[in-house]
Amino acid sequence: MIENRPFLTFMAHTVLILGVIVVAFPLWLTFVAASHDAVRMSELPLPIWPGTHFFENLDVVLNKGLWGGDGVGVSYMLVNSMIMALMIAFGKISISLLSAFAIVYFRFPFRMGFFWMIFITLMLPVEVRILPTFEVVANLGMLDTYWGLTVPLIASATATFMFRQVFLTIPDELLEAARIDGAGPIRFFIDILIPMSRTNIAALFVILFIYGWNQYLWPLLVTTDQDMYTIVMQIGRMLEAGESVPQWHLVMMTTLLSVLPPVAVVVFMQRLFVQGLTETEK
Amino acid sequence: MASVKLDNIQKTYPNGFKAIHGVDVDVQDGEFLVLVGPSGCGKSTLLRMIAGLETVTGGELEIGDKVVNDLEPSKRDIAMVFQNYALYPHMTVYNNMAYGLKIMGLSKSEIDERVKNAAGILELTDEQLTRKPRELSGGQRQRVAMGRAIVRKPSVFLFDEPLSNLDAKLRVQMRVEIKRLQESLGITSIYVTHDQVEAMTLGHRLMVLNSGVVEQLGTPIELYERPASLFVAEFIGSPAMNILDTKISEDGESVDIATNIGLALGNGGLPDYAGKKVKLGVRPEHLQLAEGSENSLPLTVTLVEHLGADTLVHGHFGEDETDMTVRRSGTLKTVPGDKLPISITRENIHLFDAETSRRIDL
Ligand SMILES: Nc1ncnc2c1ncn2[C@@H]1O[C@H](COP(=O)(O)OP(=O)(O)O)[C@@H](O)[C@H]1O
Ligand SMILES: [Mg+2]
Repeated sequence: MIENRPFLTFMAHTVLILGVIVVAFPLWLTFVAASHDAVRMSELPLPIWPGTHFFENLDVVLNKGLWGGDGVGVSYMLVNSMIMALMIAFGKISISLLSAFAIVYFRFPFRMGFFWMIFITLMLPVEVRILPTFEVVANLGMLDTYWGLTVPLIASATATFMFRQVFLTIPDELLEAARIDGAGPIRFFIDILIPMSRTNIAALFVILFIYGWNQYLWPLLVTTDQDMYTIVMQIGRMLEAGESVPQWHLVMMTTLLSVLPPVAVVVFMQRLFVQGLTETEK
Repeated sequence: MASVKLDNIQKTYPNGFKAIHGVDVDVQDGEFLVLVGPSGCGKSTLLRMIAGLETVTGGELEIGDKVVNDLEPSKRDIAMVFQNYALYPHMTVYNNMAYGLKIMGLSKSEIDERVKNAAGILELTDEQLTRKPRELSGGQRQRVAMGRAIVRKPSVFLFDEPLSNLDAKLRVQMRVEIKRLQESLGITSIYVTHDQVEAMTLGHRLMVLNSGVVEQLGTPIELYERPASLFVAEFIGSPAMNILDTKISEDGESVDIATNIGLALGNGGLPDYAGKKVKLGVRPEHLQLAEGSENSLPLTVTLVEHLGADTLVHGHFGEDETDMTVRRSGTLKTVPGDKLPISITRENIHLFDAETSRRIDL
């Protein structure tokens, strides 16, 4: 739809700008709060313009640890979160690619049965099966490990389903041409299917990275060792620390840090992300 | 180079549908065989069985004196060109052609030589080799698909309607190129098409398929001059052969063309068919204009098509208004409503059994 009417353009921009403000305002306040000291943050009204303590707060949060904490900064928690999110994203993508490949390209007994079993797990997110899953992870000795943090979250019906749809749009002749060229199943998968699903993989990576990064409940359960804490858990813990008033300037600084990696992923992968969700031509 | 031998080849699909009912053919080394027939007759099924993309459910398939029924496609020493090209969209033209060779384990320099050589034959420029398939025109993609087949240096080329996605002009051009290429490389080829003109111009021999059954196998001229069945008669030739429902006279000496008009058969006639119903076929180009002849049929013209070199006249005659098409070379001055006297000569008719539709030899 291409129209050139000034009023419509004006309206469209107004709506978009309002939308941006609604999304950006809380982030702005987070940034502002992260740049003041504790004293200013305890006075009313709260500031809406940045203060001068930004780098000081950053240094405290990253390196010195927190009041109420134990003297260690949160930088290693950023690393933990990063490892967890990447493992979940790559794990989900690999498993889903492989299961979709099996379901679409191989004729084995109960093929559709397996497909529906995978599909049904859509109704069983980790929150629903949390107790049995915890027991399994505990029995396997995976508490306080990256495996324990990620493996139970890796199976993904959504991604399997999406890759299945992508593979179904790839013409059969391509598989046949590859067979004549002498490519076996694995070669076909690696040389043809994966490159052809490139944009879909990228789009899914963005979504799954954010899903993994934002995990709260599960990490809270399986980690008792502080070395394994993630940044999102840490925000929650900081609000509960001791009996004292939360140190809002430091909490907000931590929040700001925890928002940055997902934002970076979205920004850098934006083009592929949009292509992957909209492109239909193969 | 190799011959291909099909011995009572059959195909029953898993859903129980029998697509091929026993095909026998011996494709000679270097021969160009065309499988032709209407859509859905089983041409692709047969070709894909030869390629190894469909299982053979009955009979024996030999390529180069080796039974290949259970061999993987890549082990059969064949190459195939698909209707929609089936190029790998994410690879450059060069890599599309090189992919199979890499899997074969050829050296880089050998691959490069073969790809460059094929590109030369097909007139693909170096710059085009670096493009992706979607950046090429239909005709160029077709060339790449052929290039991918050529570089394999196969014993047998298989083509499944490779030209049907091209526009008419390009189709004629590529048809000529395929013919020239096949002749210069001398590689045994099996070519599937539903287009009888393509079939007639390309094939050394044609195999006409109908619902999974071979109607006739022969050279283009044989098919044109002596169609073995009504089906082949109507399928080969454009415009299609005129078919009249008629019968042999009671004495078996002549065939009735219209009320009171008979055509003497000579040669002792057809005593076995005396008084029986038959179908009489005569090609539009074999109908004569017979001014003043007493045996002529008065054709009432309904439509005239001027093709330039030829004129097609559609009309009907007789009480039951039997349709008839006449093709005359040059321009014929006639308009709808005219009556044209048409005559049929003995040597140009084809007779078919009304029940079995098989040819009746005179
Ligand atoms: N996988 C299949 N399962 C069942 N029937 C099939 C299958 N593929 C093709 N057929 C049927 O076999 C017949 C021949 O198909 P095909 O060889 O593709 O015809 P053509 O190439 O001559 O148009 C058709 O009637 C088609 O419906
Ligand atoms: Mg076909």
